[in-house]
This record gives sequence, structure tokens and C-alpha cells, in this order.
Amino acid sequence: MKLSQLAIGEVGIVKEFTDLEMSVKLMEMGCLPGEEVRVSRIAPLGDPIAISVSGYQLSLRKFEASTIILQ
Amino acid sequence: MNANIRVALVGNPNTGKSTLFNILTGLNQKIGNFPGVTVDKKTGTSQLPDGRTAEIVDLPGTYSIYPKSKDESIVFSVLADKSKGLVPDLVVVIVDASNLKRNLLLYTQIADLKIPVIVALNMMDVAEKAGIKINVDLLAKKLGVPVVPISARKAEGIDKLKIAIAYANNVALQQDTIDVHSLAPGIIAQISGEMQIDNPYVALQLAHQHETLSYLSTEESDRIEALEQEHSFHSQKAQASETIARYNFINDLLYDTVTKPQAAHDETVSNKIDKVLTHKVFGFVIFFAILLFIFQAIFSWSAYPMSLIEDLFVWLQAGAAKVLPAGPLSSLINDGILAGLSGVLVFIPQIAILFALISILEDTGYMSRVTFMMDKVMRKVGLNGKSVVPLIGGFACAVPSIMSTRTIENWKDRMITIMVTPLVACSARLPVYTLLISLVVPSRNVWWVFNLQGLALTAMYVLSIVSAVIVAFVMKFVLKARERGYFIMELPVYRTPRWRNVIFTMYDRSKTFVLQAGKVIIAVSIVLWVLKSYGPGDRFAQIDKQYAQPQYTKTMTPDSLTKVIASEKLENSYAGVFGHVIEPVIKPLGFDWKIGIALISSFAAREVFVGTMATIYSVEGDADKLQSVQEKMHEAKNPDTGQPVFTLAVAFSLMMFYAFAMQCASTVAVVYRETKDWRWPAAQFAYMTALAYAASFIVYHWLK
Repeated sequence: MKLSQLAIGEVGIVKEFTDLEMSVKLMEMGCLPGEEVRVSRIAPLGDPIAISVSGYQLSLRKFEASTIILQ
Repeated sequence: MNANIRVALVGNPNTGKSTLFNILTGLNQKIGNFPGVTVDKKTGTSQLPDGRTAEIVDLPGTYSIYPKSKDESIVFSVLADKSKGLVPDLVVVIVDASNLKRNLLLYTQIADLKIPVIVALNMMDVAEKAGIKINVDLLAKKLGVPVVPISARKAEGIDKLKIAIAYANNVALQQDTIDVHSLAPGIIAQISGEMQIDNPYVALQLAHQHETLSYLSTEESDRIEALEQEHSFHSQKAQASETIARYNFINDLLYDTVTKPQAAHDETVSNKIDKVLTHKVFGFVIFFAILLFIFQAIFSWSAYPMSLIEDLFVWLQAGAAKVLPAGPLSSLINDGILAGLSGVLVFIPQIAILFALISILEDTGYMSRVTFMMDKVMRKVGLNGKSVVPLIGGFACAVPSIMSTRTIENWKDRMITIMVTPLVACSARLPVYTLLISLVVPSRNVWWVFNLQGLALTAMYVLSIVSAVIVAFVMKFVLKARERGYFIMELPVYRTPRWRNVIFTMYDRSKTFVLQAGKVIIAVSIVLWVLKSYGPGDRFAQIDKQYAQPQYTKTMTPDSLTKVIASEKLENSYAGVFGHVIEPVIKPLGFDWKIGIALISSFAAREVFVGTMATIYSVEGDADKLQSVQEKMHEAKNPDTGQPVFTLAVAFSLMMFYAFAMQCASTVAVVYRETKDWRWPAAQFAYMTALAYAASFIVYHWLK
């Protein structure tokens, strides 16, 4: 299951990444394997999305969310 | 600056770093440049409790020592480049207590550089409210560095932080965080040995960042590149495993120092606000309402202070005319300098209001929501959600906005943003627009609330955004992408604006505007005055001689005679001759040679227009009746037809020209500085001038 497939309010646990370059940036921002993520809202036009991770809100595009695999 | 100790402030974005910087330094700060790069360097001084002075350097906010944008790349070089003497004696890492985990990543990286460190634990009040309990003493003990709880917003704990800075050790005492050596043992050992670097983490950073570090020589950089090949060092893989190792360390660290309430998923205030502000419908409605409010505010709030400034200059000019003996000096001061200067200073209220409102939008966290909402649209036209900030900032001034595009990581997105930002109606166009609109658009209300002049101005602003979007869309197909772009960004919690910050920004930006624009305008005013006061050959003498003949002196009143002589002289002055030379080119746009002079001088800076108009038309003004520029222009008549010069068609044609033309030397310079290639500003200048000419031509012939 990919993070991009979650609906608003749904929760998942990060398992791994499919894109190394993106994963470096995401992990620095506190979004790393084992961490709980929750989709908190989707932008009015459907993209990007905002997730809450490690105590704060992170926005990322749907495509970027699709590189995050959940447990 | 006689500072005894140099302190660098480092931290994540949105942690209150600049608030802390402002509190520590007060108004004793200046903005310069880091050597070799065009990143703003904010420094200031702070008085320490032991009587010494500390020089505080504010480094760009970053999540990690690995740079993702141009600005962030400065952090490591300041901390490691010993050659320029910028290395601080002490680093204060400011961390957000309500989000310790992510904030400590940067701390562990800085700590491993083995520079003395202090941790400033900011937003303790926010953390407490969220139920987070931090055992500060244990945390300090485990890290081996002083940890000072502060609240930068409420200015609490600042004295204790200053004491900690004053009594900080001058050797690094922090505990090791992770085993740096094991990350890449071979290459670290070899770089350390060959380049005599005693710190393994610095050596590792050289391996990662050697391509972007300006202080390494080409040979050194090539050697590191060769070592990377030899040890098959993969920068991104190494970064990924380092980050994981660091988070493991942080998790252990926080295990018994921080307690959080069990998974409280209840709605935070910020979430509730977001539900409205990023709502499908209300989100956009509110955004456009805010923009409309800003433009209305610029007009209505500034009216009174502006008329005060105008009155002040009329009074000054009258005073100068009385005190100074009539002659070239009096004329230079009155018609040259004072006339030009009043044209600029009168717009301080509008610029201050604009900057204040923009800084409130940024400070509250609303600007990043705008970025969030607009990303999809912006991407369609070849931009990026992050382009919204430079574009909105472009309403104030293209120069800082173009500099702020450094936060856009993607090269193509950034270039397009730079190319279209100068199309956005900046504050320097505001004087031109307000002057021309007030000349031809009546000031009355339509639909009860909207002032017709305000609406005309709003239309000019909307036009600027629309044109920027269209040009961006075209460029999307012209430019080729170099790398993929991403949009991974923090959405900070909403906060009430820090009014001190807002007032400081307002003061600082207005000061910069007055100083920078003022210099250009005084210079241009003096040059213009010379050009219009003197003419080639003996033309002036001949005019004097011609009008001394009895057929003129007998038939005309002395008053009208002076006027005729003055305007004859203007037409035969250097400025007049030059204006006539370019007149054929600008005639299709509805402009005469006088406007031509203003257009040409405006290529230095747009706001020069008003001053130039004041200088040129002060020739015809009544000597006893000192009028404002607006009145002078209103009374300007075409000598051939006797009709007013500034008709609706001419005024709007002029506004079109100012809307599109690249009339700003500072912007050209900053675009070159940011792109490091003259072809970018040259292409920008060419396409904007062409657009300006076409738009003016169309509008003039349509309204004529």
C-alpha cells in the first residue's frame, strides 16, 4: 500500500521508499521507516496532500507520496 | 566591529530563529553578503552579561547540513571553511521543543563538527500546552552541552541564554552522537589524511559536498571525486544510512527525557483554521479577498500621510526659493533635487503598508497554505507552488523576490520564476500608476464600496499576474528541465504575527527603498536638470536674444513671456533634443518628447518617472504657485492642439508600458547575480520591452 492511496484521516506506518533521492529528503524531515503518518488534508485541487508525521504537518505531492510504501 | 566572540545561530525553518536573532541584537544589525556567494548574511551585535560583545550571525534555516537549496549550502561552509575567518567560536542551535525529534537531527550534525554548541530550547510554552514534558537537565547531561529553555516570542529565558553564551567553553565538550567513521571508513580516512582534516565528519562532508563548496580548489575537488570512485562512495545512500543512524540515536536520547501524551488525535486549532483557509471554495475566495483588501488598503490608508508629505515638500520648496538667491543653485535645488525627491518620498506610506501586510501573511503561516493550494495550478503553467511567494513578493519588489527564488530547488522552475517575477506590479510601479490613474480616472464609488480608482489599480495588478502566468506557460515549453522537482515542505502551525517583526520589516524595507531608490533618483534628477537647463551651441542665447526684441516685449505680458521663453528653452535643451530624437519611435504609442525623456530616465528605475515629470513640468508651472506634480501634469497642454496631454488613452498606454517594460537597473543586476549568465537578463530585457511596446500600441489605438 502506498501513502498516496490513503484517504483523509487514515493512518499508516512507513515501511520503505521506492525512490532513493526522495527518501533522503523525506527522512531528514522526520518521515522515516517505522514512523506513523496520517493524511490530514488534500489541497482544494486534489494535489498536493498534507500529512501529519512526527508531530508536525508536511505537505507533499501525490506523486511523491506514491514513493512511500506503508506496512 | 569589535566583537569578542562570534556566535552563529543555526536551526530548522519556523523555529523562531529570526525572532531570537532580533531579540539578541535589537536594531544593531546589518545585512551583508557571505564572501563569494549571494546569500544574505545577517549579522548583529549583542551585549553579554560579562561586559563583552558578541557578534551574532544568523545562518539560513535548514533541516539538515546537506543543502537542498542555494541558501542552505552556506551553512556548512561557514562552519567549516577556516580560510575566511568566519568560523564561529560558538554555535547556538535553536530547536522547537514541540518537535524535538526532527529538530535534533540538525543538532547532531552540528555537534559532530566539534564546534562548541549551546542548545536553545524554544517554544517551551507551546510544548507544555501540547502536554509534552521535557527533562531539560537530563537532556543537557546526555548531550553534554548546555540546554537553555527560552520563549523567543515572549522574550523569556533570553538572559539565561546570554549567560550561557558568555560562559560557554571554548572547546567542544559535546558527547559523540553516532559513529561517523563507520559510515564510510575508507574515504573518511583518506580525505582526513591527505587534506589534514582532524574531524571525521568534516572529511565526510567534503566527500558529499565538494562539488558545491566554493572554498575547495579545483584540484582538491577533483581529487575527492577520484577518491569517491575508488571507494565506490554513493552520496545519497550514505546520506540515507546516516540519517537513519542519527534518528536511532535521537530515539534513544528522547526515550527517557521526553514524555508525550498518548496519541492525542484531537483537533488542534491550526487544523480547524486550515479546514476553512484551505477549503475547496472558501480557500480561494479568502485568498482573493485578502489580495483585494491589500490593494484597497494601500490606497485608502496611505492617503492622509501622503498628503502630509506632499505639503511638507511644497513648504520646503517655497522656503528654499525664498532663502536662496535666484539662479542656477536655487533652480537645481528646487526643480532638480527637491522635486525629484518629493516624488519618491511621498510613496513611503504605500510601500510601508504593502511590506507590513506581506510580512503578516508570511509570519502567520498563511503564505505556505497559499503555496499548498496553488501548487497544482502553478505546475500547470510551468511554475511551482513555491513560486507563489516570489510572485506575491513581487508586488513589493522584484529584487528581494528574485533572491527568494533560491528556496525553489528545481532549476527550471526557478528560472521561469525569475524570468516572470519582474512582470508582477512592484511597488515602484505604484507611484506611476497612482499618479496616472488619479489624473484620468474619477474618484468616485461604484457599487457603494469600490472606489473607481482602486478598481483601476486592481485591474493593473490582475493584469500583471495574468501576464506573468502566460509568459511562464510559454517558457515551460522553451526551457528544458535539468532535474526533477519536488514539493516536500513543512506547513508551520498558525501563529499570531509577531508585531515587532512586522514593524521591523516595514521599517527596514522602507529604509532600503528610500536609500537605494533615493540615490538613483537624486542622481537622475541632477543629470536631468543639467540636460534640461543647458542646450547645445548658442541656442539658449539666441532664444534670449529673439525674445528681447520689441515685437515680443511690447505685445506680451512679462509673465507669459517668461513662460514662452522657458518652454522654448526646454525644447532646445539637451534633454529636449534627445526627446525629439526618440519621438518618432514612441509617437505611435501616444507619447510626446517630454514623456520620452521620462521613459528613458525610468530605465534606471521606474519610480524616477514621477520625479522626472515633476522636473520637466516645473518649467511651465507658475513661479508664484508651487503645485504638486499631479496638478502640473493635469494642466499640461499639447502646444499644437491645445488639448490636454494626459488623455485617458495616453495615460493607459503609459501604464501599459510601465507594466511590461524592464525598467529597473537593480533587477537586471540581481538577475545576473542569480543566474551568473548575461543571456538571462538580456533575454528578459528584450522580451519585456517588446511586450511593453506592443501593449502600449494596442491600448493607445483602442482608447484613442
